[in-house]
Amino acid sequence: MNRIVIVGAGPAGIAAAEVLCARGHRPILIDEGEQAGGQGYRQPSAGLALDMSRLMGSEAGKYDALHARFANLKGRIDYRPRTMVWAIDGRTLHLVCDGRADVVEADTLLLATGAMDRVAPLPGWTLPGVFTLGGAQVALKDQGCLIGHRVAFLGSSPLLLLAAGQYREMGGEVAVVADTTPLRAKAAAFPAMMRSPRTLLRGLAYMAGAMRAGTPLLHGVTPLAIEGEGHVEALRVRDGRGRERRFSCDAVALGYGLKPETQLADLAGAALAYDADFRLFLPKTDGFGRSRPGLYLAGDGATIGGADAAEASGALAAHAVLTDLGASQDIAVIRRLARQVVRLRGFQRGLARAFAWPVAQIRAQPDATVLCRCENVTIGAVRAAMAQTLGPVEVNRVKAMTRCGMGRCQGRVCGPALQEIVAGVSGQDGAAAGRLRGQAPVKPIALAAAADTAP
Amino acid sequence: MTGAQFKRVTPRSGAPVTLSFDGVPLTATAGDSILATLLSHGRFVRHHEFGGGPRAGFCLMGACQDCWVWSGHGGRLRACTTPVADGMALFAEPQPLLPSHE
Ligand SMILES: Cc1cc2nc3c(=O)[nH]c(=O)nc-3n(C[C@H](O)[C@H](O)[C@H](O)COP(=O)(O)OP(=O)(O)OC[C@H]3O[C@@H](n4cnc5c(N)ncnc54)[C@H](O)[C@@H]3O)c2cc1C
Ligand code: FES
Repeated sequence: MNRIVIVGAGPAGIAAAEVLCARGHRPILIDEGEQAGGQGYRQPSAGLALDMSRLMGSEAGKYDALHARFANLKGRIDYRPRTMVWAIDGRTLHLVCDGRADVVEADTLLLATGAMDRVAPLPGWTLPGVFTLGGAQVALKDQGCLIGHRVAFLGSSPLLLLAAGQYREMGGEVAVVADTTPLRAKAAAFPAMMRSPRTLLRGLAYMAGAMRAGTPLLHGVTPLAIEGEGHVEALRVRDGRGRERRFSCDAVALGYGLKPETQLADLAGAALAYDADFRLFLPKTDGFGRSRPGLYLAGDGATIGGADAAEASGALAAHAVLTDLGASQDIAVIRRLARQVVRLRGFQRGLARAFAWPVAQIRAQPDATVLCRCENVTIGAVRAAMAQTLGPVEVNRVKAMTRCGMGRCQGRVCGPALQEIVAGVSGQDGAAAGRLRGQAPVKPIALAAAADTAP
Repeated sequence: MTGAQFKRVTPRSGAPVTLSFDGVPLTATAGDSILATLLSHGRFVRHHEFGGGPRAGFCLMGACQDCWVWSGHGGRLRACTTPVADGMALFAEPQPLLPSHE
């Protein structure tokens, strides 16, 4: 029988496993996490008395449903938690589980690896107390902790207001919600967002909640600096009217939307192409999630679409797998899923335009701003290296010259900003600046494990 | 360093765990991550190796690798995704290999 391996037990991976299981397959489902659910539907760790229905709000029903479905599915698949895929070499997946190396051969590979926050650098962002916006939610859901006692939310994303609301609800103080996109730019994207009125209404409700609570809510800000001696003490921004504002706080949550986790897809041979709306390189797939023969991509790891799109695209990709294995399919079901994925991803595309990645602000950063947290490379160092080279320069060249993106996060954090700096300095568009290529190991592993099964 | 970075808002039930960070004893509850434990007691987990100052993690989801701490056994641990264990001896700086107690 064809061995099907799914990587990622978020809504996309779980939905895919369910469809395959219902047709008599027993896929292997691999996830790095201790518990299934992925990022958005993350479960509290053991013993934590967290009221998830209160925290999940309007999404509580979906959260419960997904975990109930997984509980029912778990025994009928080969589920491997706490297992990281660190390399893909042809059909072979290299794994590490609890410090032990292992390999698995996949005839069919379905990647549902999710996403992480996209961040823009600013002076002071390496101070202890600055975390990603998604991280602020993970601290709460996974550990029952807030990232600080008085938190500033900075970036451009509808999730700024969502997370700020959750923090207030849990007894945290919110210093400010500062969004870099002007309100009128968001209004201009309204038509695209009407594709998902429910989500749009939810966003407006968060805004109303913040206003009722008296949280300062700024649009169109220019971030100036995060200040503090050894840890965060304040966030300084210029507001939409040009006034400088300083908000004292002991933590900053930073987020400009999400970026897909594409390293494994890259290693598995997926083609990637520049997407001008997201300003990111995204894996190319057909309308069902097919990348190349035997490789399927679903969820936020393919295109940012949110939890509902992840679930639908996971199911859709599983149907594509079944079709390609010669199983007969219910076309009506597949059409419905495909339409759903198009609609929901279209909505996210609208959001990506509304909550814009602040290209001009990134390019205007002073030389002293750190770009690469891992290797401590400044934006000035990147500019200086580029000034010394002739002809067009792309990001991998800059990486070799400066070590920017060469550190242990593999450019996951600095990659999008590096791309904009390189494009800006060389006068090219984002596509020409290129992307940092994925490399094994996609995340650092214990050396003992690598030696056992190195590809 | 005074003050805690994290604010715990939800209690946890479970076995008490004792560990240490740079020789200072800390208490936690089974299920706590190393990072949550360290940041509930202080404000940093390591010093950046290329002069980038103190660090306390960033992504909290295992992607950025900014939260590594060193164990007394010579290895390194990703603090945000590693649960605490009783008797752990953790350090902000790489440690010479000590004889294992395990
Ligand atoms: C930190 C964070 C917090 C978020 N919080 C929210 C929220 O509160 N509400 C909301 O609506 N949306 C939230 N999102 C958006 C979220 O991405 C989607 O809603 C949804 O979770 C996407 O589902 P998915 O199945 O595509 O991916 P995910 O749910 O992200 O699942 C991907 C899974 O793949 C696993 N994985 C990745 N790489 C590997 C590997 N190499 N080896 C093994 N396993 C691997 C991961 O451990 C993860 O469990 C958050 C996103 C992030 C990044
Ligand atoms: S904080 Fe990013 S990997 Fe731990």
